[in-house]
Order: sequence, then structure tokens, then C-alpha cells
Amino acid sequence: MENQKRVKEIVEKHGAENVIVLIGGAEAEAAGLAAETVTAGDPTFAGPLAGVPLGLRVYHAVEPEFKNNVDSQVYEDQIGMMEMVLDVDEIIEEVSGIRKEYGKFND
Amino acid sequence: MNYSVVKAAGYVLVHAPDMIIHNGTTQTTERILNPDSEYLKNIKEHIRTYEEAVNYLPNQVYIGNHKPSELKEYQQPWYDKDIEDAKRQGKYGEIMPQDEFIGLIKIVDVFDLVKLTKEFTKEVKEKLEAHPLIKEDLISRLKEGEEIDTIENLVSNQGAEGIYNDGKLVGCVKKAHDVDENLNAHVLYENLVSKASGVLSALNLLAKNDINPEDIDYVIECSEEACGDMNQRGGGNFAKAIAEFAGLTNATGSDTRGFCAAPSHAMVVAASLVQAGTFKNVLVVAGGSTAKLGMNGKDHVKKGMPILEDVIGGFGLLISANDGVNPVLRTDIVGRHTVGTGSSPQAVITSLVTEPLDKNGLKIIDIDKYSVEMQNPDVTKPAGAGDVPNANYKMIAALGVKRGELERTQLNDFIQKHGMEGWAPTQGHIPSGVPYVGFGREEILEGKINRAMIVGKGSLFLGRMTNLFDGISIVMEKNPGKVDEEKGVSEEEVRNLVAEAMRDFATHLLGN
Repeated sequence: MENQKRVKEIVEKHGAENVIVLIGGAEAEAAGLAAETVTAGDPTFAGPLAGVPLGLRVYHAVEPEFKNNVDSQVYEDQIGMMEMVLDVDEIIEEVSGIRKEYGKFND
Repeated sequence: MNYSVVKAAGYVLVHAPDMIIHNGTTQTTERILNPDSEYLKNIKEHIRTYEEAVNYLPNQVYIGNHKPSELKEYQQPWYDKDIEDAKRQGKYGEIMPQDEFIGLIKIVDVFDLVKLTKEFTKEVKEKLEAHPLIKEDLISRLKEGEEIDTIENLVSNQGAEGIYNDGKLVGCVKKAHDVDENLNAHVLYENLVSKASGVLSALNLLAKNDINPEDIDYVIECSEEACGDMNQRGGGNFAKAIAEFAGLTNATGSDTRGFCAAPSHAMVVAASLVQAGTFKNVLVVAGGSTAKLGMNGKDHVKKGMPILEDVIGGFGLLISANDGVNPVLRTDIVGRHTVGTGSSPQAVITSLVTEPLDKNGLKIIDIDKYSVEMQNPDVTKPAGAGDVPNANYKMIAALGVKRGELERTQLNDFIQKHGMEGWAPTQGHIPSGVPYVGFGREEILEGKINRAMIVGKGSLFLGRMTNLFDGISIVMEKNPGKVDEEKGVSEEEVRNLVAEAMRDFATHLLGN
């Protein structure tokens, strides 16, 4: 709830086109839920983003769009181990699917 | 070094069906936000009976009647599987029913804040008289009880918190101050539950391991509650309050906090106090929490399951001076998540697991069993939190692969061999590292394993004082069997010291 409020405030201050949300959820379902919240709006209709379709650019830390844009050594040190642990394909499918469906900034 | 040893362990559960509804924060929050919700209407249909909670494999493992290794013989989920020979009493403790526990809450209350009805008092007195560990001096504290009208008045008009059993009001906890929020009935209820379950843990540990209560010198309590008043909100000393009712007349104590990591912190502190010779016998103890009952209840109900978070947990560990037999606590193999560690899972696992091993020339596979966050996956998987112990084992294994200590193809074998299925209730500090200490001690004594690492982790940010994560780990190891009490050093150490001196001498000669 508190995070939804913070996302809403940041978007109001900087504009939706200038905000990228980076998520790190360990499960595809949870990551998808977070991605949906900042694009289509809170699917549980419980927080400040209920019915607020921000359509933000949202990526998971294991997605290539993020991975290829950061220092590979830093990525390896910080995320390399988790890449082995997480179901990366499932997470990418879930989050990129939601981004394509609800994202307003498909670039 | 003359390490301390793990001399005994105790583990208890309390089945608390009415407390799920009246005291679990998921339910109390729902009652405020959506008082007419379907969840609240249907919740009673999803609550297990006492017999069902006893006849549940993870609970039988928790109190020591089944081994953790037996869990994988049963296909998950476990809640729909019957267990043969399920018993209330276990090797390490017991599963107490709610009515007796309510009696125990009254017994441990020294400020006459707990009031029970006459009828309920009579019923519960008879039951507790049959309890092997609740002796006459404790039972007499139940007194005669009150009229139901008095209790109804206290709940309706005086800010008391109702105590329910079988859906009926059977008593209450009164507030202890007119304006101080730290002494309101809700806070006192939670604290008395924590105290009572801590006392039950201590009593079970003493009785089932044949320990003389008078031998305990010091108690470290490590739950997640805080007791105090408006001038010292977390003033504390649950430890001494528990020691009083467990008959530890020669002990004092103090409380250690650190969210879920507190029990592991407490173990390290206890081991150090004993090793330093300050105390001979230190009891680490914690009761459980009502707030977390039914925490994932909405998900369980949505999936048509019973609400599995229906038990309060408690545990006790006795850390004692080296007896040459029990497994030692290696205070020189301690991992710490420091302020500078960072928060990525990789940094966390490195600091807790591989750094202390590296310092001692050990590899990841040199630890036979890792006891991590041992949450029961039956509870967490339907709530979308996955299999917590398994996720921890995957991370340790993946780090092993990155370090070249394991082949990638050995990941699953490593998890099978060095890991376990989780069985502990999701009571914060209760599942964190400590549930395996009793079993680990036994398996080391039986010669089945040599080393186990106990890993505690804590989410400090929940308290809003720091965004940092936390954790601490310690290794429990087979006792080499040599104790030199007078000098406090083992033969092996003396040999090492002599060898070192010879090397120094030789270097000196060469240098000249």
C-alpha cells in the first residue's frame, strides 16, 4: 500500500513517461502482480492505484532489457546467483506480457 | 577453545482456534476494513479441530515425534494426509489445546489482569490437574473465577480484551492503565500469550531432558514482543518473568531482539557467555505470537484449505559448559550480515554461509545440514510465498556453483542431501534456524552427521528504524570429546600452539 502511494506520488511529480519501475520479486506470480499494479492498476482494488492505469515502463531485474544495460560484472556480483535460483523464463514471460498488454510506452 | 555445548532442546505448540479469529491481525484488520466480508463470514468453516492440528505431520515433527527427513516421504500438501500415532506429547514438547492454554495465561498473570468465568475455571482446572508439568502451586493460581456478567461488563465498558473458547466468551484481559497504550488490554494479551508459551517451552525442556531448574544461571528470551510502559515501551525482561514460573530460582536474564534472527543471535550470545565461563547453563527461550495466527488465512480460505496458521509456537535451548559429549557451538564459525554487507541475496548468503566457512578452511559441502528459515511450505506455497527453505537451499547451492565448489548439475543433489523440508509454523522467530537444533543435536550424537549450520535472518525494516536486512549464523559440531576444564584448552590446541611457536622460532633463526 505504502509503495503504491510512493509510485503514485513519483509519477505525479515527474510524469509517467519519465518513470521506470524495476521489480525484483522472486516468483512470476508476485512479479506479475507488481507489474500489473503499475500498468493496469491495482488488481486487488485495495490500494491507491486501484483503477489508476499508469501504464509505466516496468521491468524485472532478470529481463534482458535491464541486464544488457548495466555493468556485467556488477550484475554478476549482485544478481548472478539469483539468476540460477529463479525461474527466469517464467518471470520474463509474465512481466513482459503485462508490459506489452498494459504499458503505454512501448518503445 | 573450550566451546559450549547444546545440552537440551524443547519445542511446544498451542492450538489456538478462537485466537485466530479474535487476535490474528489479518482477521482483526479485516473486521475494521470490511466487517461484512465473505472471508469473515466463512472463516469458521476453515478452522481445524484440536485433533486435526495434532494429526498434522509438520506439527508432529515440530514436537519431535517424527524426523524432518520423514517429511519428503509424504507428498505435499500435507494437511490432507493422516499421520499414524499422532500424539499430544512429543520427545521435545507437546501440543497444548486452547482451553488449557487460557488457564496457563491466567496462571502466569501476576497482576490479576486475567479474569476467567467460574464455569470455565472449573473445567480447565480439572484438565490442568491431569497435566504432568502443571503442578499444584501453579494450578492454585487459577482461583475460583468470576461471574460472566462481570467479564461482559469489563469487555463492553472497561476496555478489556475478550478471551474466547469454542466461540464463547470465557474470560478477558483487563487494561492495566487508563491512558497508557503500552498497557492496554490488547498489548497485555499478546505479552501474556508470549510469556505463557515461553513458560510452557521452558517446563517441557526441563522435564523432558531431566534438567534441574536450579542449575540454570541465565535466561535469554528472544521473542518478537515488547513489554514496558509509556516511559519505557520495550523495558523488557520477559526472560526473568518466564524464569520465575519455570522455577529457575538461581537465574536472572535479559531479552534479545532482532526480528526473526533473534533466536540465532541469542544462541551466539549464550554460547559466548558459557565459553567465557561467565555462566555454566544458559537457557535460550521464546514464546509465540497471536498476531500472526491466520496471517495467510485469506489465501488458504480462497484455495478451499483449512487455515493452517492455527498454532502458537515456542522453543527452548539449553547451552551449557562443555561436557565432552554434546555437540559444541563453534563460536569461531559465526557468520554475520554487517552494516556494510549489502542487501542482495548473494551478499546475504555470502556473509552468513561462505565467509565464516572460508575463514576456517571449510567448503559449503563440509556442512552436513543447513537449518535456514524452516517455514512449513504447506502454509507459504498457497499464499504465493513459495517454498522458503527450498529457496534458501537453492541460493546456498547456486553460490556453491559460482564458487566452483559444486557442478551446476549437482544443485538438486545438494538440496536433497544438505537441506530439509520445512515444518515450522510461520511465527516469525520460531521457524528461523532453531527448529532443527534439537534434531541436529540428536543426529550428531548418533553419528549421522558431523556439522550443522544454524542460520537466522531478520527483516529489520519492518520496525522502520533502518532499511537494513540482518542475519547471523553459527555452526554446531560433533564434540571431539576432550575437555580440559582447568586450563580451558584442548590437547589439539596445545599442539597447535607448540607448532606455531616452533615455526616462529625457525623463522627467527632463518631471518638471522
